[in-house]
Amino acid sequence: MGKPRFLYVPFWLTYVFLYAPILVLLVMSFNAGRSPYVHEGFSLKWYGVLAQDEKILKGLVNTLIVAAGSTVLATVLGTMLAVGLARYTRSKLLDALGLMPAILPDLVLAIGLLVFYDVVKFSLGLHSVILAHALFGMAFVAAVVRTRLTHADSSLEEASRDLGAGPVTTFVRVTLPQLVPGIVAGALLAFTLSIDEFVIAFFTAAPTEPTLPIVIYSMVRFGVTPEINALASILLLVSFTVVIVAQRMTKIGEIRAQD
Amino acid sequence: MKTVGKARPVSPRWGRRLGAFVFLGPGIAYLAVLMLVPLVLVLSYTVFRRGRFGGIVYEFTTENFTRLIDPLYLDVVLESIELATLTTVFALLLGYPTAYLIARLPRTWKTIALVAIVLPFWTNFIIRIYAWTILLSGPGLINSALGTQFELLYNQGAMVTGLLYSYLPLMVLPLYAAIEKLDPQLREASANLGASAFTTFRRVTLPLTLPGVATGCLFVFVPSFGNFVIPEILGGGRSATVGTLIRTEFLKSRDWPFGSTLALAVILVLVVLLVVQSWVNRRG
Repeated sequence: MGKPRFLYVPFWLTYVFLYAPILVLLVMSFNAGRSPYVHEGFSLKWYGVLAQDEKILKGLVNTLIVAAGSTVLATVLGTMLAVGLARYTRSKLLDALGLMPAILPDLVLAIGLLVFYDVVKFSLGLHSVILAHALFGMAFVAAVVRTRLTHADSSLEEASRDLGAGPVTTFVRVTLPQLVPGIVAGALLAFTLSIDEFVIAFFTAAPTEPTLPIVIYSMVRFGVTPEINALASILLLVSFTVVIVAQRMTKIGEIRAQD
Repeated sequence: MKTVGKARPVSPRWGRRLGAFVFLGPGIAYLAVLMLVPLVLVLSYTVFRRGRFGGIVYEFTTENFTRLIDPLYLDVVLESIELATLTTVFALLLGYPTAYLIARLPRTWKTIALVAIVLPFWTNFIIRIYAWTILLSGPGLINSALGTQFELLYNQGAMVTGLLYSYLPLMVLPLYAAIEKLDPQLREASANLGASAFTTFRRVTLPLTLPGVATGCLFVFVPSFGNFVIPEILGGGRSATVGTLIRTEFLKSRDWPFGSTLALAVILVLVVLLVVQSWVNRRG
């Protein structure tokens, strides 16, 4: 009961809507012709073109540098912030502040950083994107670690402090080990978000150092070839694999935590 | 046995203060420098004048605000609101039944259905938008399937489709969370008391899941309103939105004061919606 039949129409429509474009991209990437829109026989040639495209390779390297750098920064800052918010303050205001980078529209963050970098005469490059990406990465890491902290047993930390350990010792020896799954999940989230992020990178990267999404954007806007379909298919496969693996890992983590 | 009570190296209260400083300090400092200071800068730019060559002249003016309510720009703001509203309505119409049915699935299928909703979200945003140009373009798939030559791209419908495609998961997830929490006995009780399925939905399910609806609408409306990538790729850059205007003012015309004023409009929309959402949440 409570499951009217007609609800299945929008339900299936949602899934068709979500997956049809992806399927089309995959099919179109194996195209022998030059048009990205019309299929003219099976071919792998655009994957070959892709592998030799230096602009894309450079974008990929830049993206990985930015993602790695910002993830490290975001993970350290976000974890500490989560512990501080959960254990050392009750301020709702600070809570909201910590979440703000995740809530603010990316365009607002992007122009804010552009203006800021301009005012303090900070040069644009990859480092400016790393600092920018760490901002929202930190908010997501803090949020994930925070949920983990509310489940963690705070009496263990109290015991540690009662036994004379300072806050830093307590953190390193007692709190941190309990938080590892949350930190890993948060770091993965920050990394994936950074890899896909376009708007903030578009405003804060130097024109000579584009990240992969910026390269893709200019390919889409000026001169599309089936090469972009091939690139899209590879990226789709990579991110699908990462998400499914991460999903499996958190599941295993949950089962272990329950034992 | 004799235990020597060694003095604690750190008193609890001092320890708490040190802890607050050590753990909160770096993060808060980072947020202050890279988020709060930039926001204050953007807000202050709204009352300054643009220099002749794109710089800022630090001279008080209200011209940016009068420009914002000029019919030319007001139209753009209204059009962006229309775009975001349409997207939110469609997301709700598709998302609610989907979330409702997912919440009723057996456990394994539930996980699979949820992962399938989020999965496209984890792929490159621009590629997801680009995929629609293949489907919608003149020689594209929909036209060749129908044997027609409609121009499906570069209009409002294409933009709403792209926005919906990008943000639909953000509607389904909070709705799912709200519906999942619902006690099935409430619906049974309502049905036992003679209410039709529709009445049960209208009087029981919907009011109780309203906080989820509010959160979902917030999550879809805000990024749809300020988006500039989708109007540029699927709207063909022909129709201006608040997002494309901000981008133009900052990167092309270099009129940062007016661009900042437009950004302020985006922030205001966010604040208003946040207030509405928390109001619904408190009532729910």
